[in-house]
Amino acid sequence: MDLGNLASLDFFYPETILTATILGVIVLDLVVKNKKALGIISIAGCLLSLWATLELYGVPGGWLFHRMTVLDNFSLFFKIVALVAAILVLWMSYNSREIDRVHQGEYSTLLLTSTLGMFFMASSTNLLMAYLSLELVSITSYILTGFLPHNRRSSEAALKYLIYGGVASGTMIYGMSWVFGIAGTLDYAGIHAALMQSDANRTALFIAFVFILAGFGYKIVFAPFHMWSPDVYQGAPTPVTAFLSVGSNAAGVAILIRFFFPALSQLGEGGNWMFLSRVEWPQFLLMVSMVTMTLGNLSALNQQNVKRMLAYSGIAHAGYMLMGLVVLNNDGLQAMLFYIVVYLIMNLGAFLVVVVVANATGREDIDDYRGLAWRGAAVPAVCMAVFLFSLTGLPPLAGFMGKFFLFAAVIKQQFYLLAVVAVLNSVVSLYYYARLVKVMFLDFPEASDGEVPMDAGAAVLLGLLCGMTLVFGVYWGPLVAFTNNSLRFFVK
Amino acid sequence: MTDHVLTYMTFFPMAGMIVVLLLPSARHNLIRWTSAAFTVPPLLLAVWLFRNFDGANPGLQFKEHFDWIPAYNISYFVGVDGISISMVLLTALLSFLCIFASWGIEKGVKGYFALFLLLDAGMMGVFVALDFFLFYIFWELMLLPMYFLIGIWGGPRREYAAIKFFLYTLFGSVLMLLAILALYFTSEPRTFDMTELIARSSNYGTTPLAMWPFDRLGWGFQHVVWMALFIGFAIKIPAFPFHTWLPDAHVEAPTAISVILAGILLKMGTYGILRINFPMLPQATADLAFVFLAALGTWNIIYGALCAMAQKDFKKLVAYSSVSHMGYVMLGMASFTPYGISGAVLQMFNHGIITGMLFLMVGVIYDRAHHRDIEGFGGLAAVMPVYTGVSALAIFASMGLPGLSGFISEVLVLLGSWQKYPILTVFAATGVILTAGYLLWTIQRVYLGATNEKYKTMPEINARELFTMIPLGVIVIIVGVYPSVVLDLVRASLDQLNQVVIPHLG
Repeated sequence: MDLGNLASLDFFYPETILTATILGVIVLDLVVKNKKALGIISIAGCLLSLWATLELYGVPGGWLFHRMTVLDNFSLFFKIVALVAAILVLWMSYNSREIDRVHQGEYSTLLLTSTLGMFFMASSTNLLMAYLSLELVSITSYILTGFLPHNRRSSEAALKYLIYGGVASGTMIYGMSWVFGIAGTLDYAGIHAALMQSDANRTALFIAFVFILAGFGYKIVFAPFHMWSPDVYQGAPTPVTAFLSVGSNAAGVAILIRFFFPALSQLGEGGNWMFLSRVEWPQFLLMVSMVTMTLGNLSALNQQNVKRMLAYSGIAHAGYMLMGLVVLNNDGLQAMLFYIVVYLIMNLGAFLVVVVVANATGREDIDDYRGLAWRGAAVPAVCMAVFLFSLTGLPPLAGFMGKFFLFAAVIKQQFYLLAVVAVLNSVVSLYYYARLVKVMFLDFPEASDGEVPMDAGAAVLLGLLCGMTLVFGVYWGPLVAFTNNSLRFFVK
Repeated sequence: MTDHVLTYMTFFPMAGMIVVLLLPSARHNLIRWTSAAFTVPPLLLAVWLFRNFDGANPGLQFKEHFDWIPAYNISYFVGVDGISISMVLLTALLSFLCIFASWGIEKGVKGYFALFLLLDAGMMGVFVALDFFLFYIFWELMLLPMYFLIGIWGGPRREYAAIKFFLYTLFGSVLMLLAILALYFTSEPRTFDMTELIARSSNYGTTPLAMWPFDRLGWGFQHVVWMALFIGFAIKIPAFPFHTWLPDAHVEAPTAISVILAGILLKMGTYGILRINFPMLPQATADLAFVFLAALGTWNIIYGALCAMAQKDFKKLVAYSSVSHMGYVMLGMASFTPYGISGAVLQMFNHGIITGMLFLMVGVIYDRAHHRDIEGFGGLAAVMPVYTGVSALAIFASMGLPGLSGFISEVLVLLGSWQKYPILTVFAATGVILTAGYLLWTIQRVYLGATNEKYKTMPEINARELFTMIPLGVIVIIVGVYPSVVLDLVRASLDQLNQVVIPHLG
């Protein structure tokens, strides 16, 4: 199925609904007095779009808009992830005092636009389209990061983000120009056809891929493109941080898999992918994966700010996820998709607790969590412990299953060194996650520490996320089936 | 009812946890009694199990098997045999008694008992699980409540002790996870079922791997997996040099948790080696047993005893005596003789009972004096005669006095190991003398001599405390006089286990 512009619109409802919501929010912003309502309208739009996406899930798939984007289960999976992240983050924002101070209409618009960009990141099958979608996500992210008025940290973070982002996307587009030069086309299918047959210079290709990886890696946050993330995570409004940590991370994974698997590899027997011959790609990714997780975990050990700690932990988790790429098979990819879902749940949960605490204290340092369990906030403290132990990868929590599938994929292909490095990293990560748990439960509050109340809305969301973390830890069958179905790429 | 006896024993405490969480947190006594009530059915079922367990049958009994995640061949598979039955009984008994030993907890009562019941469920699960995946889940499930129980209700350095325990154990268990996955992917068709994996034990390669240092050591796949599992278990035992978490955790933990730690958690290490390493990786067991079980065990015996002798803190002394006594278990199982291995399993059971008593005994005086300095007491026999009597029973049992349970298991271990490692046995036997030395010296300093003026009016042991110690004391005497009550349960399975490994001995 190779559809033209008008015919494609039949399969374009999720994007259309989202765009309509964005425009609607801009217009309503002019007339509606209660700005909080705009958040609810945005959530409604996302839900509608989610419904349209789920309706499309499972259709045979095909090219849209003259091969600019593609419709397949893989792209729909990431659209669902982006929408779920957007809905949860909007819900979280609704309960965040920090967001109360900013301009609601613009905030929702930007968040939804970023989500729209993620849609295109997941589905683009053309280098130009990939670049544009990435920039759409990046630019909205820069603005969202700097969205706190009169906050120096927020402005500084936005500027840093912008500069790093500019360099990364410049590097990436340079790499893309190499690929264009070698393959003679921007279209993924065309690149696939050109490179699989030809005897193009492998060194040139390797360099081009490394350049392109800089752009993708900057979104997924792996070393050495991670420098921006601690500052941005700390400076940005917490819901925005949460959105960046799961949403743009997932979209980055989507664009990376789409480019390196269907476009540059050939699916062989038993779900094994053959990458372009004579390019030592797995070894390179293996190094990147090990360095990323180790660096993230070691840097997280000594952080005093919870958001900064979660930023470094996010880097480590990006390293874990990369393990799924190294093995070059569907087991690994499926483990990555599973991990993305699980990570979305537990990481958003952790940030939600950060929001709850920041609502009461206005701060995000680890000290502010002292004796949280004994300050009328036993529920958020217990939930935070669940999320943190899930991030560590302890059973019977969802994070364990995420890591389990990744380790299983790696061990199956006998990358024992990587597996050992990864599990030792899990042990290291326990130290800093448990440190926060220690502060919340084992330390007792001092007289100056106030109560930490929680809104009903936040409580419901927290219960939902915590429940999912527990349920997916013992009953993950449906989720595995879902990720399995989502590994369907439309190639031709 | 009786079809699912092991499931009930495992999940009853978990149901209790949920009930406790729903109770109002101000009703302390209600919470305590509810928790106690939820540990009674497992205890009664344990008695039933004891009566109905067929000791002549070496195979698994009371099996339950349901598919959990069929796509990965993960199942809910539980059962008991001679290797686990004594541990299941021990867990049920100590969990019940420790609820009463926890009666004095006043801070965060609801949280304490909820976590305790979760811990109880996790421990029971480890001993009955026969699916590797399930086993790992239960193994890790214990960690979290333990961390909080030590960390919130412990002594002054509780935070350090709790995180140290957590990190050590997690380090061991992630290696175990890798080993589990490696075995899973070697099996064809893939399965986590331990009985299946054991049946295919000949598939796990023993040809040396072409990688340093394994080529020099002559280690194959089987040896590497054995080692990964062993480190996980050795940390729990705890075997030298992984033992350093134990004194810290014991000293800081509240009394009941020390009892659980020493009485049950330590046994999981040796239980895991018997349940998994021995039958699943017999060639590696045969090759590595001398260094890593027999020699290390002997070293544990002597090193632990010497450390115990040097302690000033009563609880730390008992903790190091555990290191020493667990050495006998390692030595005994490494002998591959009927005496040695049944002595090892009996020692696991006895040590659980005796050390439980010792920790309860320390708890009694700590609650009254608020310190545990051995030198700080003296002449307690005159003030608290009943307490001294019960304590003496525990201490003499630990020392291995004939007629008490510790004697039987130590003698069996030494008899067994003599046949295979006579020189090591000589060293191990000196451990008996060292043990007698530090324990007698302790009796002298704490209970005998002139009464310390400060403690002239120390109240005698009360009924609740006696209630926690007397059942253990009775078992010590029964097993000491008539050890067959336990040995008859375990012998058939252990003989079969020996026969798996013996053909591989060079």
